[in-house]
Formats: sequence, C-alpha cells, structure tokens
Amino acid sequence: MGNFSGLDRIIEKYSDQPGKLIPVLHEVQEEIGYLSLAVQQYLAERLKLPLSKIYGVVSFYSFFNTEPRGQHIIGVCMGTACYVKGAGKILEKLKSELAIEMGQTSADQRFTLTITRCLGTCSMAPVLMIDDQLYGTVRTTEVAGILNRY
Amino acid sequence: MKLYFNGHAYDVKAENTILQAAAEVEVKIPTLCYSPHLSISGACRLCLVEDETTGKLLAACSTPISPGMRLQTESQRVVAARREILDLLLSDHPLDCLTCEANGDCQLQDLAYQYDITESSFGNKKERRFELSDENPFIQFDPDKCIICGKCIRADQEVQSSAAIDFVERGFQIRVGTPFEQGLGSDLSSCVFCGLCVEYCPSGALIYKPALGKGRSYQFTRVQTTCPYCGVGCQLELQVKDNQVIQVGSVFQPGSPNPRGETCVKGRFAYDYINHPDRLTTPLIKKGGEFIAADWEEALNLVANRLLEIKNRDGSTAIAGLSSAKCTNEENYLMQKFIRAVIGNNNIDHCARLCHASTVAGLARAFGSGAMTNSIAEVEQSDVILIIGSNPTENHPVIASKIKRAVKKGTKLIVADPRRIELAQMADLKIQQRPGTDVALINGMIHLIIKEGLYDQEFISERTENFAAVQAMVNDYSPETAAKITGVPAERIRAAARLYAKAQRGAIYFAMGITQHHTGTDNVLSLANLAMLTGNIGREGTGVNPLRGQNNVQGACDMGALPNVYPGYQPVDRDENRQKFAQAWNTSLSTEVGLTVVEMFNAVDQQIKAMYIMGENPMLSDPDQHHISTALQKLDFLVVQDIFLTATAQFADVVFPAVSFAEKNGSFTNTERRIQLVNQAIQPPGQARADWEIIAALARKMGYPMYYTSPAEIMNEIASLTPIYGGIQFERLLGAGIQWPCRDKNCTGTKYLHQGRFTRGRGKFHPVTYLPPAEEADQEYPFIMMTGRMLYHFHTGTMTRRSRVIDHYEAQAYVEINKKDARKLGIDHQDRVRVISRRGEVETYARVGERVKTGQLFMPFHYAESPANRLTNSVLDPVAKIPELKVTAVKIERIC
Repeated sequence: MGNFSGLDRIIEKYSDQPGKLIPVLHEVQEEIGYLSLAVQQYLAERLKLPLSKIYGVVSFYSFFNTEPRGQHIIGVCMGTACYVKGAGKILEKLKSELAIEMGQTSADQRFTLTITRCLGTCSMAPVLMIDDQLYGTVRTTEVAGILNRY
Repeated sequence: MKLYFNGHAYDVKAENTILQAAAEVEVKIPTLCYSPHLSISGACRLCLVEDETTGKLLAACSTPISPGMRLQTESQRVVAARREILDLLLSDHPLDCLTCEANGDCQLQDLAYQYDITESSFGNKKERRFELSDENPFIQFDPDKCIICGKCIRADQEVQSSAAIDFVERGFQIRVGTPFEQGLGSDLSSCVFCGLCVEYCPSGALIYKPALGKGRSYQFTRVQTTCPYCGVGCQLELQVKDNQVIQVGSVFQPGSPNPRGETCVKGRFAYDYINHPDRLTTPLIKKGGEFIAADWEEALNLVANRLLEIKNRDGSTAIAGLSSAKCTNEENYLMQKFIRAVIGNNNIDHCARLCHASTVAGLARAFGSGAMTNSIAEVEQSDVILIIGSNPTENHPVIASKIKRAVKKGTKLIVADPRRIELAQMADLKIQQRPGTDVALINGMIHLIIKEGLYDQEFISERTENFAAVQAMVNDYSPETAAKITGVPAERIRAAARLYAKAQRGAIYFAMGITQHHTGTDNVLSLANLAMLTGNIGREGTGVNPLRGQNNVQGACDMGALPNVYPGYQPVDRDENRQKFAQAWNTSLSTEVGLTVVEMFNAVDQQIKAMYIMGENPMLSDPDQHHISTALQKLDFLVVQDIFLTATAQFADVVFPAVSFAEKNGSFTNTERRIQLVNQAIQPPGQARADWEIIAALARKMGYPMYYTSPAEIMNEIASLTPIYGGIQFERLLGAGIQWPCRDKNCTGTKYLHQGRFTRGRGKFHPVTYLPPAEEADQEYPFIMMTGRMLYHFHTGTMTRRSRVIDHYEAQAYVEINKKDARKLGIDHQDRVRVISRRGEVETYARVGERVKTGQLFMPFHYAESPANRLTNSVLDPVAKIPELKVTAVKIERIC
C-alpha cells in the first residue's frame, strides 16, 4: 500500500460528519486525480469502512474514476440524434486511433475516452467534445485530424 | 393492539411492523428481500398491502402498525401490484428453471407459481448480461439470476460481519460485487466462505459449487445435527441424497449458538471426508507387519484376549485408554466406564489435556467449576471484551462474527496476542505481548487497577477470599516492570487495565494462547484474579470464558474421560464417589488417580504395555512426535478405533472402523456447556460401527455385561450418576438443547455460572508470579515458534484434508515469519524452508508478512507432511500436565 498520509488532512476535516464518505472521495479525487485501489484501501482503513462499501460507492457514481485520466477528456455524444447519425462509428474510430476501449486512457496519457449524454446540439450531430471544445458533424475521416490538434 | 387483516379483527403486539403483526397471526404476506434476522431494506415491494382507509399501498416490512388499521393482503390492487413487480423481475431473469440448481428451492419461482406468471410481458431474458462469477471452489454467483434484493449483502455485513460484498455500479449494470471485481477469495477479499449469502439468497443466483448437478432441494432428506468441528456447536442441516451428504444448509433456531444460520467454511464445506474412499470399512488386524481385513468377531476376540492377557500378566494399570473429544458424550462415558470398570484403573484421558487442562484446573481452583462461565449469545451484551491468547476468527469463527457485531454496536475491544490476529484490526487496544509472558501482563493490569482504586471492593469482600495475598504479590508488577517482561508499552497496559476495570459488563475470552504453557494453570488463575478483582463474573455479559476447540471436548471432560474424576467432575479419590460408581457399575474401582496423556506415553517403557485409542491422533496432536512414535512402537498391544487409518493407527495391532458424526446418534456438549443432539443422517460404510457399540461389544467379550440399545439409554445412565447432567434426557434436547448444570427434570439449564455464589462458595484469589517459558530463544535457536490452527483446516487434518474443496483451496503447510527476519535470512514468500528445534526438523513453506513479530514464528499443526509437533516441547504444567505447545525455540533456514 502506498503512502497517502497526505490525505489525512481531508479525512480529519470530515471526521465528525456522518455520511462523510462521498465528500471525502470527492476531495481526494480532486487532490490526486483518481481513486486507485491503493487509495481506496487507505481510505477504508482510515475511515474504518469496508473496502466493498467504498468500491460500491465509487462504482455507483460515474464522477469517480479508478484509473488515471488523460490530459484531455474526449466525450462522444451518444444521444439519440448523434447515435442515428453514426456516433457509434466515430467512437469506433476513436478507439482504434487511440488503441483503447471506452473509459480508458491512452498509453501516452493524453486522452481519456468517454461517452456523454445529449449535449443539446443535435443539429450538428454527430458531435464530440474534447475538454471544452465542441466538434460538430464529425466524419470518421476527420477524427485523426482532430486528435492531432492536441 | 387491534387491527384488521382482510376484514378479520386481530389482537397483536404493539410496536410491530405490519409484516411482523401478520406473521404473529399467521396471515401470509410474500417477501423477497425480507429476513427477520436482517435489517429492513424495503427494496422488493413484494410485501405491499392495501390500507383500506387511505387506499394506499404500504410496504408491510417497513410500515409500523397503528391502532384499528384495516389492511387487505390479497386485494385486487395488491395482487396487480405484485404481479407487476414479478413481471419486471422476470423480464431480467433467465427462465431456465429446468436446469437451475435452485429449482424447487426458489422464492421467485414460488411467487411466479402463486401469481400465475409463465413469462414476462416485457419480453424474456435471452442473452447473458453478466459473466458468471466462479473463480473460487466454494460459491458460484450468477448475476443474471440475481434479483438485487441485497439479502446476501446484509447477511454478509450484519450477521457474518465480513463485508466482502456490496452493490457495485447502478442502473442496469448494478450487481452484487467485490472490490475491483477481483472475486471472492482474492487477496482483496474479506470473504471467508461461510456460505451464509447462499443460504439467504431467494433465487438461484448464489449456489454451492460442490453440490452442482448433484440433486435438487426436493430430492434431499434433511437432518438437523451438531457440527463436528470446533466447540461453538453450530446447528447444521445435512442435506442428503443416495446416502451422501450433498450440501450443508443453515438451521435458523432461536437459542442455538448460531440462531441466524451462521457457520464457518468447515461446517459448510468440509464434509467430503464422510463419504471418502479412505474410510475404514472393516476391522483390520496387523499380521506380519501388514493390515489384513478381518471380521468383527475375530477382531473383538483378539483384542479382548490380548487385553485380558496383559491385564493378568502386568496388572490392570498396564493398560491405558485415550477417549475422544470428537466422539459423543455417550461414547466418552462408555470409554471411561470401560477403562474404569472393565480394565480396572483410571488411566483414561483425552486431548483436552493438550488444550484446556489448565483451564479446568485453574478455574476449578478459583471458582469451583472449570467451564466457560457465560454463554455465546452474551458476547453482544458485554461493553468491554478482552480477548487474550485466542484467535476466534480462525478457531471459533461464529463467535468472532458475534464479537464483530458487538464492536460495531459500541462494545470496546482489547486484543492481547503475540500475533497480529484479524480481530486486532478493529480493536480499541492492541497488545502484542511476548509469547509466554501473560502472567506479567495481567499482573501489571491488576497492579494498576488496585493502585487507582478501580477494583470492586464490595464484590471482593462479599464473594471472594485471599485477596490480600494477590494485593501484596502485585506490588512487584508495576506497569513498567510488566512492560519490560512483555514488551508491551506501560501506557498501553495502563489503558487496557482502565478500560477493562471500568466496564459495566467486562468479559474475558481466551484459548490456547493462555493454556498451552508450562504456566498454563497460572495464566488461567491470573485471568480469574482479574475478573474477580473487578466483579466481572456471575452476571450476564461478563465472565472468564475459555473457548473450547473441539466439538465435544467439553462433553468428554464432563463425562469423566479424565484420570482424576468420574463423570461430572466427581474426584475418583473420594470414597463416596467411588462407592457410588462401583455400585452403579457393579464392580470394584481403583482409588488411584490415573495417568494423563503425556504421562502415559512417558510410561510406555515401564508401566504401560497396551493402549486403546479412540478417535485421537497423538502422532500429530501431541508434542515431540519422535517421542510419541517411539512409545507407540514399544507398546505390546495397541488398539485404535477411528474412521481413517491415521498416522497413529498405522502403529496399531488392531484397528476398529468407527462411524462419523453423520452416521450416528448421540449428543455433543459445546463450549458454553450446551448439550445438543447429534442425529444420524446416513448409513455407515461397510461394517463400520458407532464407537459406543464397539466399546460395549468389547466389554461383553471381556466378560463385563455392557448392554445398551441406544445412546438415549446411555444418557439416562449418565444423568442418574452425574448431578450436573441430572435433568438431561434426549427428548428434552430437541431444539436448542440444554446448558448444564441441569440438575433435574424441571431445570431448564444454566445460562451463566456463579450467579450470587461461586460453585466453590467464595471465589479464591491465587497470587501468581511470573515464570519465563521453559525454552527461550538463544544463539543457536533464535526464534520462538508458536503453533495453532488456521481457518480452513482442523486439528490433525484427518477430516478437512479429505474434504476436496477445502484442501484444494488451502493445500500447503506453512510457517509465518516476519518480513524483516525473512529479508535477513534471504527467505521469500512461498520459499521452501526448514524449521529446526532441539527435537527435530520440519520442511514447509514460508509465509512472509507482519502477522508475527520479529523473532517469532507461527506454524499450524494440521499437516502430516510438515508436522509442527515434531518440534514442540513436552515440558508440562506441573498442575494440569498440559505441555508447552506455544513456546518452542527454533531456527529457520531456506532450503536451496
């Protein structure tokens, strides 16, 4: 188990608060980026909670990550309009370009591939977002070019 | 309180939920996620009932009743709602009842039947959504059959207290899972395979893997009996088909040691040995060094003649018997009767000598009775628990679960053990004393309690004697002095003393870590001092509680399978006792106290010429194996009666095939003095016979009329001669059994001892000074080795190592070593190592970690191929004659 005594400050801050697990997880993720197995084991011991409980909560909320996130987060919209307009193919293309599966981070740590719900720009379907930048009417042939901008 | 179900008025207990009220008046309401043993979840909504007044549908499990409520339990609306729920559940459930293991034992199937649903109107589940979770040999989980009721999770968390599983993910992906999907039994998993989740599962999602394909619930005959492993005495249900135990189910019975269906991996899964091909099926006679199958007549005649011959030649004291803590009360009673009445001496003992002889001796001196003072269920009533020299998680797992429940509810826990045992993780105070320094530790605590005036003066003056002697003695044991001896910081000794002394209901639990020392009796007396000093005895939730390690070790002691007492601890050297038994048994009896286990083997050269060993395996269980094997070889005649050809039986001249617990009737007495029935579930293999039948047949061959038609009849004789069992009859033991003392037919038993008055009158303080262990680490043997048990195996392994799934899962012998020592010696985890003591050497595998401190080793003694007891020291406690199995000086080296 790694040394996570740096997290004790967060744990202590919530020491008296009932239902403290979720705020603690939030701050810990903010602090170190993701909630690895080692981090969850450390929290289990310090918070005197079973690891199964912590993992259950972490897996419930999509906000929490158990793996490191890339520098840039790609969100492929899988809303109805985008789906119909071929978002699936875009996603496949991204997977093969980055050689990762959905939810994973590329080997060079540059991109994490996720899917999002409707972004409200159905007229531009299919769309994807990289960080705060929206890309509309994306074609599979454009995917590599878009990635090259980062 | 008055209310109405379906138009009928009922009077029910107030402060109930609707579901509880309905159960009280036998109005049926279906449920899926509810269990009376678990917290309320209210998730499944099957228990919806209609409130006539408001028109609302209420969840019966979680809605409290109110006066005059008018409820409909099967109205049109209720039925429609239930059908809708079932329809939804079935839309995500494979309709594969034809091949499902749970067919016939599935609440979902029963409800579909009741509400006439053949398939889901939302479409049926055709494709798997999840993978089968199947990575361990015990339990299979099919998330596609799971209805997400969460009962398994609550059973795991609230009853078993393991918290190995929980819901993971959400929405359609939600399932019962393990951290990081690593499965039960992974390094991350806290699962101990107790199987409770399977018992609580209402569908076929969780099943027992070893029973796969071997039959359906409705094909089983079911027999309730008592577990054959540790002293907790869990009630189990053997589920039998074609004379085979197919699986072991839970028994939910109030008053039992395991009322919520608890058991451990051994009780649940270690039953293959019963139908194992190695079972002895005929008597064996050794001819020319080989065992030859014989018939009973020949074998019994041979044994009878040889024993009579030796008795006539060398005198009756040349013969000794070992009785068995695995056998029933009735069999132990007959065995000691055989030695006393037929052979004519008191050379009868059994393995309690090696585990709790010092408890029996120590507590009898201090209190007048050597048994566990309180009851298992009282664990949850203590506000402070001191566990010393006991590792319940592995040795008494069901009690460990109760301790964990108690701690979760606020009980403070002190764990004192040289090893960092699992319970230490949740302890408020962790103490790791050096092996063999318990007296110093406890005296240090007593010193502090007296000094700070935390003792119970009223209790001491009214209930005890000889306090002044202890008061004077502990002057020498300041916490600082105790710290020097024990290696425990003085401040922690103080904290432990204060915590225990200030308890309203403080309880002490202990086991072999206290007893298996040459100072074992002293250790026990110290604990008795501590309890009396603080008045923590004679009340609920308090006491000095030895945890007994064998299913019937308490009973074997109670039955007088001891060289100094008749049944019920009536000393053999007291004339009135001898006369009473001589008259009842119609013979004359010896006044001379007999030999103990270790003394018998020491006397083989001189006095002892023949031994009759029933269900014991001293080759693996007794200290100094080389000494034992030499003695067994030297005997003129050895009879062994067992279910397998054990390491000990190899030395026998005649072997009698006995039957397992599943093949006979009788009773076991558990650690809390509870006498419980053992019921026959299957027929014995071949010509094997119950031990009581064999002993009686042999006695008759030797000219003593020993006739019984059943164990129940033997119990009647026991009751007539044993005051503490005076009121015991088999008919009275149906259900949860009875705790002795039970002196007459009107007595319902005794939950805790020494209420108002100690058995011996006043409790007696004994000043006990610290003596170092017989062996200490030195330059040549720099490590102190402790022996003990681990969760998956039991005692000498004859049963668990023949249980396929258990031995598959945990096959290798090992020695635990601290990682710092391992690094110094160049030993890696799983390396082959040699452990050497002054008496022998053993090869085994290293388990490197931090459970033992530096300078210490721990080795379980279950493994015939790596017998820990080849190394141990047979030096004895002078009073109890228990050997010092917990402290052996050894060295360890890597095998290149």
